[in-house]
Amino acid sequence: MSTAAAVILFAAITVYAVFGGADFGAGFWDLVAGGARRGQRPREVIDHSIAPVWEANHVWLIFVFVVLWTCFPQAYASITLTLFVPLTLAALGIVLRGASFAFRKAVIRTRDQRNFGAAFALGSVLVPYCLGAVVGSVASDRVPAGGVAGDPWSSWVNPTSVVCGVLALCTSAYLAACFLVSDAGRLSDDTMVAYFRRRAVAAAVAAGLVAFAGIFVLSNDATYLFDGLKSRGLVFVILSAALGLGALVLLARHARRGARLAAVGAVVSVVAAWGVAQWDYLLPTSLTVADAAAPTGTMGAVFVATGLAAVLIVPAFALLYVLDQKSLLPEEGMPEPTPIRSTHD
Amino acid sequence: MLTDAVASVASVASVANVALAVDPVPWARSQMAFTLAFHIILVPLGVSWSVMALIANYRGIKHRDADAMLLAQRWSKYMAVTFAVGAVTGTVLSFEFGLLWPKFMGQWGAAFGVPFAFEGIFFFTEAVFISIYIFGWRRLKPWTHFWTGIPIAVAGVFGSISVVAANAWMNAPEGVTLDSTGKVVDVDPIGVIFNSAMPLMAAHMVVAAYLVGGFLVASVYATGMLRGRRDRYHRVAFLIAFSVAAIATPVQMGVGDALARWVFIEQPGKFASIELVPETSTDVPEVLFGHLNPDYQVVGGIKIPGLASILSDPGTGTATSIQGLNTIPVADRPTTTEVNVTHLAWDIMVGLGTLLFLLTLWYWASWIFRRDMPRSKWFLRAAASAGVLSVITLEAGWTVSEVGRQPWIVYEKMKVVDAATANTGIWVTFVGVTILYLGLGVTTILVLRMMSRRFRRGDGAGDEEVPYGPSEEPSLSGEEGALLGDEPARPSEEPVG
Ligand code: HDD
Ligand code: HEM
Ligand code: HEM
Repeated sequence: MSTAAAVILFAAITVYAVFGGADFGAGFWDLVAGGARRGQRPREVIDHSIAPVWEANHVWLIFVFVVLWTCFPQAYASITLTLFVPLTLAALGIVLRGASFAFRKAVIRTRDQRNFGAAFALGSVLVPYCLGAVVGSVASDRVPAGGVAGDPWSSWVNPTSVVCGVLALCTSAYLAACFLVSDAGRLSDDTMVAYFRRRAVAAAVAAGLVAFAGIFVLSNDATYLFDGLKSRGLVFVILSAALGLGALVLLARHARRGARLAAVGAVVSVVAAWGVAQWDYLLPTSLTVADAAAPTGTMGAVFVATGLAAVLIVPAFALLYVLDQKSLLPEEGMPEPTPIRSTHD
Repeated sequence: MLTDAVASVASVASVANVALAVDPVPWARSQMAFTLAFHIILVPLGVSWSVMALIANYRGIKHRDADAMLLAQRWSKYMAVTFAVGAVTGTVLSFEFGLLWPKFMGQWGAAFGVPFAFEGIFFFTEAVFISIYIFGWRRLKPWTHFWTGIPIAVAGVFGSISVVAANAWMNAPEGVTLDSTGKVVDVDPIGVIFNSAMPLMAAHMVVAAYLVGGFLVASVYATGMLRGRRDRYHRVAFLIAFSVAAIATPVQMGVGDALARWVFIEQPGKFASIELVPETSTDVPEVLFGHLNPDYQVVGGIKIPGLASILSDPGTGTATSIQGLNTIPVADRPTTTEVNVTHLAWDIMVGLGTLLFLLTLWYWASWIFRRDMPRSKWFLRAAASAGVLSVITLEAGWTVSEVGRQPWIVYEKMKVVDAATANTGIWVTFVGVTILYLGLGVTTILVLRMMSRRFRRGDGAGDEEVPYGPSEEPSLSGEEGALLGDEPARPSEEPVG
């Protein structure tokens, strides 16, 4: 039973890593798109691609929290107790990002938009970094169980957390770039397709380098995780590397849909590798999934809720996604990026 | 060397941490209270504005009412902003449960969390359909589009019921089995969700959401009318919003009365604070204002003889005995400050609630006798202030509920001091959150006003240049398709970014 709950938890984390990651990554590209003039077109494409879905994406994080605190209350208490600072920073980032994104839609003056845009982009970088660092702290055995707090600073300012934070940032950027290539493609904007393709490659290379460096860091900083990655998780590690590379090849060959799927697969594999590697600990090496589990009644309720969610939300979410992807949901108050006529695609 | 650098940063930071240590409990309480009080203002808009927009939308399509249609469109755009702010402040709350109350969550998460598992579904539905509704104005067919708004309204109600169920469980912690060490060993989810405090609290909150949302929206248009904007558009807006509030308010008085009786029976300690009863007695007077001094004597205020007893149980009248604060073991008593805050908040809720009720009576009387809303300027002035007053009423109600529960976080099971984080640096987050939220609040209002001004300029005779903004005025001349289905002409727009 506790295993099933852990699977639900990890599935939710994975979905958040993919959808939320793509969202945050888009914010990252917004941040580095350059001045108002130079960055105008990329920003239009970015805005266009995330607008209608961001709020829904964001609910995945709450779902992760709710499942964690309901099914594994001890783990939630320990994590929040030790990792107070990065979680607070992440919350701050979420406020900045969510609110300013909505505000930016609503205001018209360029100066206002730029200010909100900056807050939005800043939040988009802060949140994945902090959440990645939190994962690093958990995975590297720095969150003790049992109502005692780990060190408030070194628990998340440490090599593994830094690597995980940066990796989260890179994979988000990579994922977003792959999505944006598709979006630019739908707008038939070849310049932007090439623009985001270059960035996808850059992010992939960066992610690869960080992951490579991570091997050395983990081998002496997070031994339990490292052993897990070498054994149980190895399949997923290899899979994620293969899919990551595959996505780039597909991008180069203009197979945008395939590239997007492969990029998603790569991120899913990374999260899966982490989960499998630290199994069966929720907090390596002090709290196992089974020990942290809430009573059966609670688990039952969460399963029912998850089932209902699957029945009600997945179709609704799919509907939203389809409408969005088909550009049936133009935004109010913002110019729609105009498709550019092109000769080929 | 990366490790060294990182370690030195960490040690510097820890030193700074120790130097500014504070007692975390009051800070944690203040931060929780502040962020909740902020979030709760957005909740009524999240719950009831969609309904008002749908009423306008329905009128717009069914009666081809261009004003109503325009209203629905604009309201949905404001909603996008307030919902987004509600979502982010709500997310902060879910962080805070753990960050501020780790021991509470560790011990009770398995029970307290259950309603939230369901709440997630509703908020998810709400978020998805709000996206579809707001962004779907142009491309979906009018009735299809209308129906995509219905789930928002339904999910809003059930979402707030779920959240309030969790809060109600803190008042009536049922459905859990504890072992001898106090650890939760079994949870009955039905018992947790449908705890005895839940039905009335949830009803009271949902009705409050319609009441406050209605008054808030109506107050904006009442202000507009006072400034001379007495066109049909303003009138339709005012009538929709005020009618919603005017239906909710009388209902709320009844539900509140029932809830008070629940508190009387189930939480006598809270009731003693509410009615300012230091010692158990019969024929207890209703004290308006006034306070309890440190010697547990009631000082000041206006006393209405016997009324508190009569209201607590009209059946037995003045003979009704009300338990006093003296029956609570000394270790479990709220402080006199907490008692006084609870009592004052109670007076405010009931007092303002009564005023709002009288205002709605005026409105209904005018409809019944004159077949129109009151014409008096004073009515509009009162309506214009009702928005803020209803928010104060809402906040006061929550204060009664939360401060009145002190010193318990889980009624008679866990005290607040035993639940709080041990983090002594918490004042930093309190200050940070306060500043951030003040900024957020001000910006939200500014952005909403900016939108309204832009919309209004679009309305005007065209004396001001409107280089941007969607052309949203639906034309009534054509087919229904032309009303909504077709892509309106887009004026040239300014580059953004
Ligand atoms: C804004 C609208 C509003 C209005 C007009 C009233 N209330 Fe209220 N009241 C609330 C909004 C509210 C609330 C904010 O929604 C609370 C907080 C917790 C809850 O469930 O509802 C609340 C709490 C609350 C409680 C405490 C429940 C608890 O301890 O959990 C009582 C006893 C009452 N109310 C009773 C009344 C009475 C007798 C009213 C009639 C005059 C009344 N309320 C008007
Ligand atoms: C479902 C909703 C809510 C939950 C789960 C909740 C939970 C909590 C918790 C955990 C605390 C800290 C412990 C304590 O001091 O008792 C608290 C305190 C408080 N909350 Fe609530 N709360 C909710 C709704 C609200 C709302 C909407 C308000 C709006 C004003 C509010 C006002 C307060 C206040 C004033 C305190 C401080 C009480 C004190 O410490 O004296 N609460 N609440
Ligand atoms: C339908 C109206 C409401 C809206 C639109 C709204 C908005 C939100 C959102 C978007 C969240 C983030 C968590 C999530 O998505 O599940 C949230 C969480 C929260 N809301 Fe509200 N809220 C509403 C009703 C309420 C009510 C009535 C209360 C209190 C009385 C409340 C108190 C809270 C609390 C305590 C949380 C944190 C718990 C969690 O993360 O699930 N909310 N709210």
